[in-house]
Parts: sequence; C-alpha cells; structure tokens
Amino acid sequence: MREITYRQALNEALAEELERDPNVFLMGEEVAEYQGAYKVSHGLLERFGPERIIDTPISENGFAGLGVGAAMVGLRPIIEFMTFSFSLVAFDQVVNNAPNMYTMSGGQFNIPIVFRGPNGPAHQLGATHSHATENFYASVPGLKVCAPATPRDAKGLLKTAVRDNNPVLVLEAELLYSSKGMVEPPDEELLIPLGKADVKREGSDVSVICYSQTVPVALKVAAQLEEEDISAEVLDLRSIKPLDEKAIYDSVTKTHRVVIVEQDHPFCGVGAEVCYRIQENIFDELDAPIIRVSQEDVPMPYNERLEHAVLPNAEKLTAAVKKVCYA
Amino acid sequence: MTAMQPVEQRDEVEMLSLMLLIRRFEERASQQYQAQKVGGFCHLYIGQEAVVTGAIAAVRDDDYIITAYRDHAHALARGTSANACMAELFGKETGCSRGLGGSMHFFDRQRHMYGGHAIVAAHVPLAVGMAFAIKYRSEDRVTLCFFGDGAINQGAFHEALNLAALYKLPVVFICENNLFAMGTSVKRSTSLKQIIDRAEGYDIPGEIVDGMNFREVRDKVAEVADSIRKEPHPAFLEARTYRYRGHSMSDPASYRTKQELEKYRLDDPITRLRAQLTREGKLTNEQFDRLDKQAKEAVMAAVKFAEQSSEPPLEKLYDYTYANGAKP
Ligand SMILES: Cc1ncc(C[n+]2csc(CCOP(=O)(O)OP(=O)(O)O)c2C)c(N)n1
Ligand SMILES: [Mg+2]
Repeated sequence: MREITYRQALNEALAEELERDPNVFLMGEEVAEYQGAYKVSHGLLERFGPERIIDTPISENGFAGLGVGAAMVGLRPIIEFMTFSFSLVAFDQVVNNAPNMYTMSGGQFNIPIVFRGPNGPAHQLGATHSHATENFYASVPGLKVCAPATPRDAKGLLKTAVRDNNPVLVLEAELLYSSKGMVEPPDEELLIPLGKADVKREGSDVSVICYSQTVPVALKVAAQLEEEDISAEVLDLRSIKPLDEKAIYDSVTKTHRVVIVEQDHPFCGVGAEVCYRIQENIFDELDAPIIRVSQEDVPMPYNERLEHAVLPNAEKLTAAVKKVCYA
Repeated sequence: MTAMQPVEQRDEVEMLSLMLLIRRFEERASQQYQAQKVGGFCHLYIGQEAVVTGAIAAVRDDDYIITAYRDHAHALARGTSANACMAELFGKETGCSRGLGGSMHFFDRQRHMYGGHAIVAAHVPLAVGMAFAIKYRSEDRVTLCFFGDGAINQGAFHEALNLAALYKLPVVFICENNLFAMGTSVKRSTSLKQIIDRAEGYDIPGEIVDGMNFREVRDKVAEVADSIRKEPHPAFLEARTYRYRGHSMSDPASYRTKQELEKYRLDDPITRLRAQLTREGKLTNEQFDRLDKQAKEAVMAAVKFAEQSSEPPLEKLYDYTYANGAKP
C-alpha cells in the first residue's frame, strides 16, 4: 500500500482502464490539453493520444448523447462533467436515453457508459454550481450511482464502473480531490464492487450512515464523541444505488440508533430512502427515531456563513448523534 | 413609451471614466480575492471594457441587459454602485444580490440588469424571453444579451436564436469573443471559420465589431438598436476582444503565449479611447489622471464599505426561497 491523493487514484483508474480496453475513451470539457479542470486526467492525453482523450466544446447535452450513441455500437465511453451541476444541461441524455434504452429495446441495447465528475457543494460557488445530484439520479431506474469518499474507494469503484455493462454515475467530490489515503500498489488490480458499503470506523452506540463529502465529517465527529464516551460507527455507503442494505442492517442491529448524514436536500433525499428501508425491515431494532442531517431546503447561498449553515456540518451531526443517544 | 435619450450625447469622457472604474474595480477584486475576502469563483473582465461600455452607451437606461458570469463590469456599466458590487463579492447584505449570489450572480432589478448567469448559455433563452415580453407589451425597448465565445455551441444558444428569429424579437446577441473558453480556443471548439456565421444560420443580421474600440462598439449597437426599435427583430454582433487575465482566479492561462497577450495589451481599450479624446482636444493628461484617481478612490471606498457592511442574517436563510418569504 502507498499513500496517494483521491485525484491520483482516479487518474490511475482511468489510465488502467484505458490501457486494458481499447474501447474505453475519455471525453469532456478541458480533459485533454488543459489536463482536466481539476487535473484528474493529468497526463492522459500524452499517454493515450487525442483519439481517446477528447476535448469537447461546451455542449454537455451533445457529448453526453454522443457517449450514449457510441455505447450503443460497442464503445465504452467515460464522459466527464466538469461538475455534475452541468450534467443538468444533459439531463435528457443521462435520464431519458442512457437508462431507458435497455428496456425500450427489449434488451437489445445495454449502455455501458460512465458519467463522472465532481458532485455536491464545494466552497461558495453559489446556487447554480453547488448541486448534489445523487438523489435525482438515484431515483431513476436503470442508473447506478456511487459516491466514493477515499482514494482507495475512488479508484476501485471507478474501475468497476467502467467494466459495468450499464450506465454508472461516479460522483466525485471537489473538496476531496487533494485528500490522501492508502491504496494498493498499481500492479495490484483494485476493483470494489458497486453496492458494497464500508465500515470506516467501528462503534457500538450509534450508526452514522454517510457517503462522499459527509464521510470526513462523520469521522471527525465520531472521533470527538469518543471523548464523550459515545461510540459511533461510521458506515460509508460508497454506492447509493445499488444500496448495501445488509451492511446497513448489520450495523443498526448492533447499535440500535441511526443518524444519516447526507449531502443532498432533505425533501426526497437519499437519507429518506435509507430511513424508510430501515424501519420497514428492522423496525424492532431501533431504540430511537432516526435523524437525518442534510442540507437545508434552500438554494445554496454564496455567503460563507450562510453556506455553512445550509450544509450538513459537524455541529449539526454532533447534535443529532447526541439526540438519538439521549446524551 | 419612455422618452428616447439621444445616444450620441452620452459623454465620452464619462464613459472613459466608467471604463477606468471597471478596470480599477477588477484589479481590486483580484487583490481582495487573494486576501481571501472574496470566495468562490471570480472571473475578471480586464481587457474587455470597451464591449460593455460601448454597448451600454448606445442604449437607454430602461433597456434590458443580461450576461454570463463575467458580470461585474455589466453591473457597474449599468450604474450599480461599486459599493454594492464589492459588497456582493464580500458576501454582504448590502451587495447587489444581498450576498446570496456572489461574483457570478450579480443582479440589479432597478437598473434592468437581469444577471449574472453561471451556466454557460443558460441565460440566452432568458434574453429571448425578455425580448418576447417587450414585443408582447408593444414597447420599444431592446434586450442586450452578452455571452462568451464558449456559449455558441450549447443547445440553449441555438434554440434561443431560432426562437428570436422566428418570432422577430427585439434582442441584440452580443458575443464577447475573447478567443478562449477557459483553455479552449475558438478554433478548437467551433466548426465555423467565424462566429458571426452562426447568425446567418438563423437568418439573423450579424456583424463583427472591434471589441477593443469603444466608439465602434457604441456606434454599431446604436445603429442596430435603432433599427430594432422601429421594427422588432434580433441582431447579432461579434465583438472581438481579449481577456488579459486567466479564465478565473485559479487559471494560470498557460495555453496562450506572452506575445499574444502583449499584442492585445498594446491595443488596450482604455488607452485607445484616451488617445482618441486627447488627440481631439477633449481630454488633457491632468484630467485623465484625475479621473483615474477618482476611480481608484471609489473602489477603495467600496472595499471599505464592503468590509464594514454586515453579513446576511442567519434568520433570513429561508426568506428568499419562495416569493414573499413564503414557506412551502
Ligand atoms: C453548462 C456549463 N458548462 C461548463 C461550465 C464551466 N465553464 C465556466 S466558464 C467556461 C468557459 C466559457 O467561456 P466563454 O463562453 O468564452 O466566456 P469567457 O469565460 O471567455 O468570458 C466554462 C467551460 C459552466 N459554467 N456551465
Ligand atoms: Mg471566451
């Protein structure tokens, strides 16, 4: 194992999959000559050439659709959105074409495509640039959605996504690109299955269910709460859809208390689905009502203090954990 | 109908001082960004000043304007105070969008500045909607829609141009062609030899203007606006210009050469208008220095104003989600 950044991990995943399969190509705004808006595709143009690392004009709907079409005839496109906020321009392709094709064609056309890029609020980018899109996309049958929080998960999930025969969204996180973590050496194949959650920290009093940018928040809060004798288990979903229900139930069966900390909005958010499934399947295990910590139900304000108040932050999570623990 | 203010009478020396205000504002914004007083993304307009000042000088105060995220200058040109603009960058309640919008989302309803839009080309259909409303109410206003060279390959742009042409709507599409969309040059983004040919595809009259020349931009926009007021129709201008700084504060702009930048700097829009006015005996060096000093002072005062303004209160977080502060 060695320590690399989340950005490097994604870069390795891209390079390895491009190397492995000549049908894989990467397309998006500024991915080639500029080396990626966030430098995730750094060096790939030089290594794989302009036929496979392709800069596009600002035409999200066009190049997302190009990807779907190319997938229909056998290529395996990786489409980068500079951020998932811009994927909304391509909503029709991602929601209407990519996931419906297999059903509509009676199973003739599956669409092996990856849509990837940073998702979720970064820092003071305002309402148009701060969308957390996981709940929109996870609600669409036919799409798979993952949201890795660590370099290792980012690499393993992206590689798996490229090999999946369905449209998969890999929701990265701008605020995590420079974070570091241990990852297997490059000569060791690292594939992490979709639909497998991961216990990032063991605990016995409460399960904190999180993903993506809320994982570091949960880990920080769990460490602080340990000093107050609250033992929080941090369960990182990693995949939103498919959802690892077993891992969730295992954790809750152990702790009997749940806080879900999600990056999206409260109304119809990811946590609502998780919460519903817990009460439906293991209601008797619960010793307290589940609490969800999410964004506030407002478009993202630019002002830093208000933005902090809108986000699912450590203070809110701490309060929620104490409340479910009656501490 | 509003009384028409004859365009030629906008004082050129005043317009020069507006360009200076924009330039000094942007320089100060950059410095405040580096000092972390300004957050998020910040895109500077330095080098392009003649485009917005020329266009604004050619229209009435009640005409509509709308632009993309490189928007500080458009608000300033419309008369939004440097105080309100700087306060917005600082995220303060006294900002032109109450500190909720930030650099990319400047709005000023009173001055008919309809934003500040950060999704590339998403505002072009909005401009067409505003033009639709003008025609619907039989007014003689025009809408000026500014956007970058990077916007012309979005579906929204194409759909909007077709709608405007189809319904003959009073809108001037002003493409601020600064040759780059982030690191992508027009050559690498667009199949056409020149951007202006996009207009022809929709049967919209179009022309290229020198975007570094205040007078040329003003005269061309005035001519087009005049024609639109007589009989509503869309028009397209490609203003050839250049941004001196990187795309945003985080872009080192290593995709272009020093020589290219220097070439455009020599053609600086402020220097150019100054030289024209000086040659014609309408401006002395002392006057120019005084105007520049005033611009710098106004911007310094704006920084102070922004610093001293208060943050939007937490209790108001939900006040601007639904109209009239309604809760769902
Ligand atoms: C739909 C969408 N895609 C991508 C972006 C990211 N982005 C912001 S500005 C920009 C370049 C736009 O260039 P141009 O239109 O030429 O305007 P300029 O920056 O030169 O003023 C890009 C790619 C965005 N804001 N919106
Ligand atoms: Mg441009």
